[in-house]
Amino acid sequence: MPDRTSRFIWPILGLPGMAWIALFFLVPLYVVFCVTFGTVDPIFRSPVPAWNPLEWQFEQVLVVWDRLVGPNNFYLPPVLRTLLYVVVAVVACMIIAFPVAYFTARYAGRHRALILALLVAPFWISYMMRMLAWINLLQPDGLVNSMITLGGIIPLQVNWLSGNPFTVVMGLIYGYVPYMLLPLFAALDRISPSLIEAGRDLGASGFELFRRVILPMSVPGIVAGTLLIALPMMGDYFTSDMLSKSPNTSMIGNLINLSIATPGQSGQAGALLILVLLVLLAPMIWYTRSNAKAEVRS
Amino acid sequence: MTVSPAPAEALLAEAQETRRQRAPRGTSGARAHGLAAITAVYLLWSLVPVAVVVLFSFNAGRSRSTWQGFSLRWYTWDPDGSVINDESIRNALTHTVLLAVIATAITVPLGVLFALALDRWRGRLPAGANFLALITFVIPEIALAIGLLFMVTYLATPFGLGTTAQIVGLVTFQLAYPIVICRARLLTISAHYEEAARDLGATALGAVRRVILPMLFPAILVSAILIFADVLDNFVIVRYLSSDASTETTSMRIYQVARAAPTPALNAMATIILVVSTLVIVVGWLLYRRWSKRQGESTDLISFTGNL
Repeated sequence: MPDRTSRFIWPILGLPGMAWIALFFLVPLYVVFCVTFGTVDPIFRSPVPAWNPLEWQFEQVLVVWDRLVGPNNFYLPPVLRTLLYVVVAVVACMIIAFPVAYFTARYAGRHRALILALLVAPFWISYMMRMLAWINLLQPDGLVNSMITLGGIIPLQVNWLSGNPFTVVMGLIYGYVPYMLLPLFAALDRISPSLIEAGRDLGASGFELFRRVILPMSVPGIVAGTLLIALPMMGDYFTSDMLSKSPNTSMIGNLINLSIATPGQSGQAGALLILVLLVLLAPMIWYTRSNAKAEVRS
Repeated sequence: MTVSPAPAEALLAEAQETRRQRAPRGTSGARAHGLAAITAVYLLWSLVPVAVVVLFSFNAGRSRSTWQGFSLRWYTWDPDGSVINDESIRNALTHTVLLAVIATAITVPLGVLFALALDRWRGRLPAGANFLALITFVIPEIALAIGLLFMVTYLATPFGLGTTAQIVGLVTFQLAYPIVICRARLLTISAHYEEAARDLGATALGAVRRVILPMLFPAILVSAILIFADVLDNFVIVRYLSSDASTETTSMRIYQVARAAPTPALNAMATIILVVSTLVIVVGWLLYRRWSKRQGESTDLISFTGNL
């Protein structure tokens, strides 16, 4: 006997959350569009948002577009650099995470719980503390330099912390690899040992087993991990700021962050942000869809 | 060729024979050792740098790379900027913990109710809301932060930049955690429990409160821990939505001074936040274990970290 409350109870429970998302997610995104497609006050250099979509103008977008593909395209290098850094970092994270996740899932035995706890430890160590750790190690008189110079014997002072792309990519890998590890571990952990045994009994060599059984079955984990680290990296500016602080290694995130800090450039920050979101829209939607599907299946 | 039904024993023996023949060829043992070595190196690389930060917070000298003996000066008595004497560090610590407590206290109930609603309420509207919630989970944080920054700056919102704006941003960013975690758990809770409760005379709300919510406890606990630890760590949102020095957090403090010749007091501050989040996780694990014992579910670290 369905009483009246039971029909309304679920919408009522969901209302606060829905209102929150509308107010503090959808409205802010709309404001970004209004600022981006608005104008700039000629005297005060302050943005004048255009609240009515019919009045939207494309001045600021054109400025950004010009800096991307125009004759003076100084936005282009950071954009290309971001893509390069992200691809290198994602591939490196995969190469690092795969054997570690595979070991933990299959061979860790009675140490499994401990290793898993250590693998997730970086989740509760602040990202900034982890970057600080590398600043400490890589500073000119830091441990890394004193190690490679054998305590000053070899005259080799590597400048790690200003404009060294290697350091920034290493920082990205260091920062994000745990987020690749966990989904990969979850996927590998689901492979039943008897499946691998069956493959071996049917005569598969170790490599064949990897290529034809383990790798295909870990694809969901690889995809999830790749998205989980690639999406935030596209907006990352602090890794480069902490480990390099040089325009030679600046990424899209740095362009956005600098525009935010410069008076009169809010619209350009918005335009860059919208550009990033447009590129990321397809992977974001795809990821949420596949998550929803996985939920239905389980 | 005659096909005779082979007795099971013979098949088994044959299988074992093949296994024995294969065993010497297999490199499984060597492979496991190689993988173990890689894992060990990875864990060292991942954790030793952080251990060095903690170690140098106890350095007796000013250096963050040369060990000059053990001391607590950067926590306690150093006049030019120990944790206790440097107001900006003290303030950053208290503000960070304050944000974590308030944001967790708002996000968890909001997300749990939302998850309950999404579990039963079918239709376009809830489906769209669920989709948006998941998008907040994967959208680059900088987009949320700039959106709220622009909203607070250019719209007449009842609050300005500062603590309130920071909390609003953090709650929005964290809301997906309890939704995703609780929905996953709700899928394993059969609707029969609720129906039984209703048959025994409970109202719909009563069934949620007295049957579903207690069964959701581990999911709620895990989301609370995750949110708390994640807020302690947050940088992008709290930085864009901060107003002045009074709303600076520890991560902002590190970003500000890490490249400008800081003292080990910065290491001490980072260490304190690490201790706080570790404590929260340990307490969470103990609570989880107590709950699981009472429920007769598995209590090992794996099911806990698995939930994490």
